[in-house]
Amino acid sequence: MNFIVNILSLAIPFSVALLIASLGEMFNQRAGIFNLGCEGVMAMGAFLGMLIPYSIGQGGPTPGVYNFIGILVAMGVGALFGLFFGFVVVTFRAPQGIAGIGLQMFGVGTAGTLFRHFVGGTQSVPGIDNINIPVLSKIPILGPVFFSHNVLVYLAFLFVPVAWYILFKTPWGLKVRAVGTNPRAADSIGIQVNKVRFQALAVGGALAGLAGAYLSLCQAKMFSDEIIAGRGFIAVALVYFGHWSPGKIMWGALLFSFAQALQLAIQGQGINFPYEFAVMLPYVMVIVVLAFNRKSQLLGPTALGKPFNREKRT
Amino acid sequence: MTRTFKITYKVTIIILAILAAMMIGAIILLTIGADVLKTYSVILFEPLKTTLQLSEVLIRAIPLTIIALGISVAYRSGIINIGAEGQMAMGILGTTAITLLFPELPKPVLLPMAVLAGAVCGGLWGFIPGVLKAKLQVSELLSTVMLNYIAAQFYTFFLRGPMLDPAESSLGGSGTPQSMRLSKNIWLDRLPGTRLHAGIFFAIFLAIIIYLLLWKTSTGMKMRAAGASARAARYGGISVTWYLVIAMVISGAFAGMAGAIEIAGVHRRAIEGITGGYGFSGIVVALFGGLHPAGIIPASFFFGLLIVGADMTQRMVGVPANMVNVLQGVIILVIVATKMVLADPYLMEKVWRKYQKLTNPPKEVEA
Repeated sequence: MNFIVNILSLAIPFSVALLIASLGEMFNQRAGIFNLGCEGVMAMGAFLGMLIPYSIGQGGPTPGVYNFIGILVAMGVGALFGLFFGFVVVTFRAPQGIAGIGLQMFGVGTAGTLFRHFVGGTQSVPGIDNINIPVLSKIPILGPVFFSHNVLVYLAFLFVPVAWYILFKTPWGLKVRAVGTNPRAADSIGIQVNKVRFQALAVGGALAGLAGAYLSLCQAKMFSDEIIAGRGFIAVALVYFGHWSPGKIMWGALLFSFAQALQLAIQGQGINFPYEFAVMLPYVMVIVVLAFNRKSQLLGPTALGKPFNREKRT
Repeated sequence: MTRTFKITYKVTIIILAILAAMMIGAIILLTIGADVLKTYSVILFEPLKTTLQLSEVLIRAIPLTIIALGISVAYRSGIINIGAEGQMAMGILGTTAITLLFPELPKPVLLPMAVLAGAVCGGLWGFIPGVLKAKLQVSELLSTVMLNYIAAQFYTFFLRGPMLDPAESSLGGSGTPQSMRLSKNIWLDRLPGTRLHAGIFFAIFLAIIIYLLLWKTSTGMKMRAAGASARAARYGGISVTWYLVIAMVISGAFAGMAGAIEIAGVHRRAIEGITGGYGFSGIVVALFGGLHPAGIIPASFFFGLLIVGADMTQRMVGVPANMVNVLQGVIILVIVATKMVLADPYLMEKVWRKYQKLTNPPKEVEA
């Protein structure tokens, strides 16, 4: 019993980075942009998120403020990266898959370069602490699983219905879905396709930056080159898995973080099992899930990955 | 449109692209307060100053060439292989396994066998995403990345477990997980005084093979057709899925061979971190070389230069070696954007009209 409670109480905070990043990626893909550079933006977010509290907020009276500033900077720079990517794939209409790899290398490289210059080695930051919700966290089993996490965990899960509302119930969400499904039709009724795509990329980039900052501030409480460890790519896969809708993406994120927590628990239990194979588990799961989830391809935005050229006949 | 205009137009765009790439790199350099011009000159010229450094550049260029050749085959067949990193690691495992099992075999037998083992292991690692893409439409971008992480775990598992050098288990080890020093029968000859090895001829040989395969055989023609337009190729009776798988297997096998050559020539044992980004740099090299063997060889030299140069910036101007990743990422983004600009005839026409207005303004018609 204790074992299961352990896994669950680890899985929920683990899922947050995946969840936020894939919700961002969902906005990108709903607008027709396949952004494989999520990993790079997350690396930048992770670095910037810890840089501000580390360099300015060291020993300051109110570390919480600096954490907040760090998160804001991470989101802002993430949005800038998204716009930069948009400049390449929307303005210049470059192929998105390979450009995404470029953005990933650029982001990871930039984060690594700046990290070595401004921080140097492994430095931990106080980060954002878990809060035990009074009374509720005392409930056996449910308490540790649901009611003793940091504030971002609750905000992230709160964002799932918000993202759903934005995407399906607001004019902007309708525009995003329109430019990702049939940009020509959207254009004919006066939606500025490329503008909406840029907006979606900025939102997606900001969320990826936030996801990165979550990793460095709440989960690892430090930055290293391997901090993202493919979560950006898993987030992209989760969007397919979650059929481009926030609710299903949330379950996907929970499933993958459960696999990750299980792997850590197995290591912790000292079960005689090569831990390398346990580490592989989430990555193998991505491939299996993609392979046996073929229906998802039919549900995707039809203009996904296709640049829009207003002047060209189709 | 005059011919001179067309050439000037294209050259101008390429120069602008290079400037854009260097500018973006310069922004990062300025952020860390480095001397931009000095950094670029160290990266680009410092490694060329001594023979030893030059040989190090060539050593980096060998695996880059082989990997980029494989990636270009896949790319031309319409599948983007970003799993070269994992395929190379699997190739290294295959080569190491064969060499550790049969260390006594004579060199003419062992060396081809070991390289072949590397090719088979890498090819298998390329076969998986190929089949997944062909049969189940799994995005190769995601599956190859995931296989990179899986291969990295396999690699550490074998190096820390079954293949671990017995000397490492005792207290006298170097601390990094590595295999035993491989049998002398697999070592490639080196240029005396440097680490430059005979693999360079092998890389050039493979470049010729790829050129012949892609442009002089019907298989290559079909592969390129499948990549240029899958629908048209299918209409022409080409089994696109089959050629996708073949292309991925070739691509993986090349990455595997790059790993085999790398350990036979440079390290002479499998160590953690040999692949160190070659797989990703290979993508940049393939794109930079125009996906053609004749372009890939100079491109891999250029990126070998960048990698060695970036190592030196750490010492000489205090710029972290990670800068090379920044440049590679920027170069990919700039190349793909530039390609689209160059391929856009409408834009060229627009510029041509503007140019004509400037040079000979329209005469006013007198009534």
